[in-house]
Amino acid sequence: MTALLVALGAAVGAPLRYAVAHALDGRWPAGTLVVNVVGSGLAGVFAGLAVSGDAWALLVTGFCGGFTTYSSAAVHSVDLGRRGLAYAAATVVLSVAAAALGFVLAG
Amino acid sequence: MTRAPLPARDLLAVALGGALGAVLRWTITEAAAGGSVPWATLVINVVGCLVLGALPVLGVVRRSPTLARFLGPGVLGGFTTVSAMAVETVDLADTGEALVAFAYAAGTLLLCLAAAAAGRALVHRRTEAAA
Repeated sequence: MTALLVALGAAVGAPLRYAVAHALDGRWPAGTLVVNVVGSGLAGVFAGLAVSGDAWALLVTGFCGGFTTYSSAAVHSVDLGRRGLAYAAATVVLSVAAAALGFVLAG
Repeated sequence: MTRAPLPARDLLAVALGGALGAVLRWTITEAAAGGSVPWATLVINVVGCLVLGALPVLGVVRRSPTLARFLGPGVLGGFTTVSAMAVETVDLADTGEALVAFAYAAGTLLLCLAAAAAGRALVHRRTEAAA
Protein backbone atom coordinates (compact mmCIF):
# COMPACT_ATOMS: atom_id res chain seq x y z
CA MET A 1 0.00 0.00 0.00
CA THR A 2 2.68 2.49 1.04
CA ALA A 3 4.85 1.48 -1.91
CA LEU A 4 1.93 2.22 -4.23
CA LEU A 5 1.56 5.74 -2.79
CA VAL A 6 5.30 6.36 -3.23
CA ALA A 7 5.08 5.14 -6.83
CA LEU A 8 2.02 7.29 -7.51
CA GLY A 9 3.63 10.46 -6.13
CA ALA A 10 6.81 9.89 -8.11
CA ALA A 11 4.87 9.03 -11.28
CA VAL A 12 3.56 12.62 -11.13
CA GLY A 13 6.68 14.33 -9.75
CA ALA A 14 9.24 12.82 -12.12
CA PRO A 15 7.56 13.75 -15.46
CA LEU A 16 6.77 17.20 -14.03
CA ARG A 17 10.49 17.65 -13.31
CA TYR A 18 11.32 16.40 -16.79
CA ALA A 19 8.93 18.93 -18.35
CA VAL A 20 10.35 21.85 -16.31
CA ALA A 21 13.92 20.81 -17.13
CA HIS A 22 12.98 20.46 -20.79
CA ALA A 23 11.56 24.00 -20.79
CA LEU A 24 14.24 25.78 -18.75
CA ASP A 25 17.51 23.83 -18.90
CA GLY A 26 20.03 25.36 -21.25
CA ARG A 27 23.81 25.53 -20.95
CA TRP A 28 23.03 26.61 -17.40
CA PRO A 29 20.56 23.98 -16.09
CA ALA A 30 18.16 26.48 -14.47
CA GLY A 31 15.17 24.12 -14.66
CA THR A 32 16.85 21.41 -12.60
CA LEU A 33 17.89 24.03 -10.03
CA VAL A 34 14.34 25.44 -9.79
CA VAL A 35 12.84 21.96 -9.41
CA ASN A 36 15.25 21.03 -6.62
CA VAL A 37 14.72 24.26 -4.68
CA VAL A 38 10.91 24.25 -5.08
CA GLY A 39 10.63 20.54 -4.25
CA SER A 40 12.79 20.97 -1.15
CA GLY A 41 10.74 23.98 0.00
CA LEU A 42 7.56 21.98 -0.47
CA ALA A 43 8.98 19.03 1.50
CA GLY A 44 9.93 21.50 4.25
CA VAL A 45 6.34 22.77 4.36
CA PHE A 46 5.00 19.21 4.70
CA ALA A 47 7.53 18.50 7.46
CA GLY A 48 6.48 21.71 9.23
CA LEU A 49 2.84 20.66 8.98
CA ALA A 50 3.86 17.36 10.63
CA VAL A 51 2.46 15.37 7.68
CA SER A 52 3.03 11.65 8.32
CA GLY A 53 2.09 8.12 7.34
CA ASP A 54 0.39 7.61 3.99
CA ALA A 55 0.27 11.34 3.19
CA TRP A 56 4.04 11.61 3.77
CA ALA A 57 4.64 8.60 1.50
CA LEU A 58 2.57 10.13 -1.30
CA LEU A 59 3.56 13.79 -1.00
CA VAL A 60 7.14 13.77 0.30
CA THR A 61 8.75 10.38 -0.41
CA GLY A 62 6.86 10.03 -3.69
CA PHE A 63 6.08 13.43 -5.18
CA CYS A 64 8.88 15.64 -3.77
CA GLY A 65 11.39 12.79 -3.99
CA GLY A 66 10.48 12.09 -7.62
CA PHE A 67 10.29 15.79 -8.47
CA THR A 68 13.76 16.60 -7.12
CA THR A 69 16.90 14.85 -8.31
CA TYR A 70 20.41 14.74 -6.95
CA SER A 71 21.81 12.70 -9.83
CA SER A 72 20.93 15.22 -12.58
CA ALA A 73 22.23 18.12 -10.49
CA ALA A 74 25.55 16.37 -9.86
CA VAL A 75 26.07 15.22 -13.46
CA HIS A 76 25.14 18.72 -14.74
CA SER A 77 27.71 20.15 -12.31
CA VAL A 78 30.43 17.85 -13.61
CA ASP A 79 29.53 18.60 -17.23
CA LEU A 80 29.64 22.37 -16.52
CA GLY A 81 33.33 22.11 -15.64
CA ARG A 82 34.68 24.91 -13.43
CA ARG A 83 31.33 26.67 -13.02
CA GLY A 84 29.87 23.37 -11.91
CA LEU A 85 31.04 23.79 -8.34
CA ALA A 86 29.05 27.03 -8.06
CA TYR A 87 26.01 25.29 -9.55
CA ALA A 88 26.27 22.36 -7.13
CA ALA A 89 26.82 24.64 -4.12
CA ALA A 90 23.88 26.85 -5.16
CA THR A 91 21.66 23.75 -5.46
CA VAL A 92 22.47 22.52 -1.97
CA VAL A 93 22.48 25.91 -0.19
CA LEU A 94 19.23 27.10 -1.81
CA SER A 95 17.48 23.74 -1.36
CA VAL A 96 18.34 23.47 2.33
CA ALA A 97 17.37 27.15 2.82
CA ALA A 98 14.03 26.54 1.06
CA ALA A 99 13.35 23.47 3.21
CA ALA A 100 14.20 25.44 6.37
CA LEU A 101 11.96 28.31 5.29
CA GLY A 102 9.06 25.98 4.50
CA PHE A 103 9.54 24.14 7.79
CA VAL A 104 9.55 27.36 9.84
CA LEU A 105 6.66 29.04 7.99
CA ALA A 106 4.41 25.96 8.15
CA GLY A 107 5.43 24.87 11.65
CA MET B 1 12.34 30.26 -25.52
CA THR B 2 10.69 27.96 -28.07
CA ARG B 3 11.20 24.27 -27.58
CA ALA B 4 9.90 21.21 -29.35
CA PRO B 5 6.82 19.85 -27.57
CA LEU B 6 7.33 16.91 -25.23
CA PRO B 7 6.21 13.59 -26.70
CA ALA B 8 3.82 11.69 -24.41
CA ARG B 9 6.08 8.65 -24.75
CA ASP B 10 8.96 10.53 -23.11
CA LEU B 11 6.78 11.63 -20.20
CA LEU B 12 5.47 8.10 -19.76
CA ALA B 13 8.99 6.64 -19.77
CA VAL B 14 10.08 9.15 -17.09
CA ALA B 15 6.91 8.55 -15.02
CA LEU B 16 7.38 4.76 -15.04
CA GLY B 17 11.09 4.99 -14.31
CA GLY B 18 10.55 7.62 -11.62
CA ALA B 19 7.98 5.46 -9.84
CA LEU B 20 10.34 2.48 -9.94
CA GLY B 21 13.31 4.51 -8.66
CA ALA B 22 11.28 6.09 -5.86
CA VAL B 23 9.95 2.73 -4.63
CA LEU B 24 13.51 1.38 -4.65
CA ARG B 25 14.64 4.40 -2.60
CA TRP B 26 11.75 3.95 -0.17
CA THR B 27 12.53 0.23 0.26
CA ILE B 28 16.18 0.95 1.09
CA THR B 29 15.33 3.84 3.43
CA GLU B 30 12.76 1.73 5.31
CA ALA B 31 15.20 -1.16 5.72
CA ALA B 32 17.93 1.14 7.02
CA ALA B 33 15.79 3.30 9.35
CA GLY B 34 17.40 4.29 12.65
CA GLY B 35 20.31 6.44 13.84
CA SER B 36 20.66 10.19 13.53
CA VAL B 37 22.70 10.31 10.32
CA PRO B 38 20.56 9.48 7.24
CA TRP B 39 23.08 7.06 5.76
CA ALA B 40 20.53 5.43 3.45
CA THR B 41 19.75 8.68 1.62
CA LEU B 42 23.47 9.46 1.41
CA VAL B 43 24.30 6.09 -0.14
CA ILE B 44 21.29 6.28 -2.49
CA ASN B 45 22.35 9.71 -3.78
CA VAL B 46 26.01 8.78 -4.23
CA VAL B 47 25.24 5.52 -6.05
CA GLY B 48 22.62 7.27 -8.24
CA CYS B 49 25.10 10.00 -9.22
CA LEU B 50 27.75 7.43 -10.15
CA VAL B 51 25.34 5.39 -12.27
CA LEU B 52 23.81 8.43 -14.04
CA GLY B 53 27.30 9.73 -14.88
CA ALA B 54 28.31 6.34 -16.29
CA LEU B 55 25.02 5.57 -18.06
CA PRO B 56 26.23 6.36 -21.62
CA VAL B 57 28.80 3.55 -21.23
CA LEU B 58 25.98 1.15 -22.08
CA GLY B 59 25.62 0.85 -25.83
CA VAL B 60 21.92 0.05 -25.56
CA VAL B 61 21.37 3.38 -23.71
CA ARG B 62 23.22 5.33 -26.43
CA ARG B 63 21.09 3.67 -29.10
CA SER B 64 17.67 4.08 -27.46
CA PRO B 65 16.65 7.62 -26.37
CA THR B 66 13.50 6.23 -24.72
CA LEU B 67 15.49 3.76 -22.61
CA ALA B 68 17.92 6.58 -21.75
CA ARG B 69 15.00 8.69 -20.49
CA PHE B 70 13.48 5.77 -18.59
CA LEU B 71 16.77 5.07 -16.79
CA GLY B 72 18.21 8.61 -16.45
CA PRO B 73 15.55 11.21 -15.53
CA GLY B 74 13.24 8.29 -14.74
CA VAL B 75 14.75 5.58 -12.51
CA LEU B 76 17.82 7.51 -11.32
CA GLY B 77 15.95 10.82 -11.05
CA GLY B 78 13.31 9.15 -8.89
CA PHE B 79 15.89 7.16 -6.93
CA THR B 80 18.02 10.16 -5.94
CA THR B 81 16.50 13.06 -4.07
CA VAL B 82 17.41 16.59 -3.06
CA SER B 83 14.23 17.14 -1.02
CA ALA B 84 14.91 14.29 1.44
CA MET B 85 18.50 15.49 1.87
CA ALA B 86 17.27 19.05 2.52
CA VAL B 87 14.57 18.02 5.02
CA GLU B 88 16.97 15.64 6.81
CA THR B 89 19.52 18.46 7.06
CA VAL B 90 16.92 20.83 8.53
CA ASP B 91 15.76 18.07 10.89
CA LEU B 92 19.30 17.51 12.17
CA ALA B 93 19.81 21.24 12.71
CA ASP B 94 16.41 21.50 14.42
CA THR B 95 17.34 18.78 16.92
CA GLY B 96 20.51 20.62 17.90
CA GLU B 97 22.90 18.70 15.68
CA ALA B 98 24.00 21.65 13.56
CA LEU B 99 27.50 20.28 12.97
CA VAL B 100 26.17 16.89 11.86
CA ALA B 101 23.66 18.70 9.61
CA PHE B 102 26.44 20.68 7.94
CA ALA B 103 28.65 17.60 7.59
CA TYR B 104 25.75 15.62 6.10
CA ALA B 105 24.84 18.24 3.47
CA ALA B 106 28.45 19.05 2.57
CA GLY B 107 29.50 15.39 2.63
CA THR B 108 26.64 14.38 0.34
CA LEU B 109 27.58 17.17 -2.08
CA LEU B 110 31.28 16.28 -2.25
CA LEU B 111 30.69 12.52 -2.52
CA CYS B 112 27.99 12.98 -5.18
CA LEU B 113 30.22 15.24 -7.28
CA ALA B 114 33.09 12.76 -6.98
CA ALA B 115 30.76 9.90 -7.92
CA ALA B 116 29.30 11.74 -10.94
CA ALA B 117 32.83 12.67 -12.08
CA ALA B 118 33.95 9.03 -11.71
CA GLY B 119 30.97 7.94 -13.81
CA ARG B 120 31.81 10.50 -16.48
CA ALA B 121 35.46 9.40 -16.46
CA LEU B 122 34.33 5.87 -17.34
CA VAL B 123 32.38 7.30 -20.30
CA HIS B 124 35.36 9.33 -21.51
CA ARG B 125 37.70 6.36 -21.19
CA ARG B 126 35.35 4.30 -23.29
CA THR B 127 35.01 7.05 -25.90
CA GLU B 128 38.79 7.33 -26.16
CA ALA B 129 39.20 3.58 -26.46
CA ALA B 130 36.67 3.54 -29.30
CA ALA B 131 38.34 6.43 -31.16
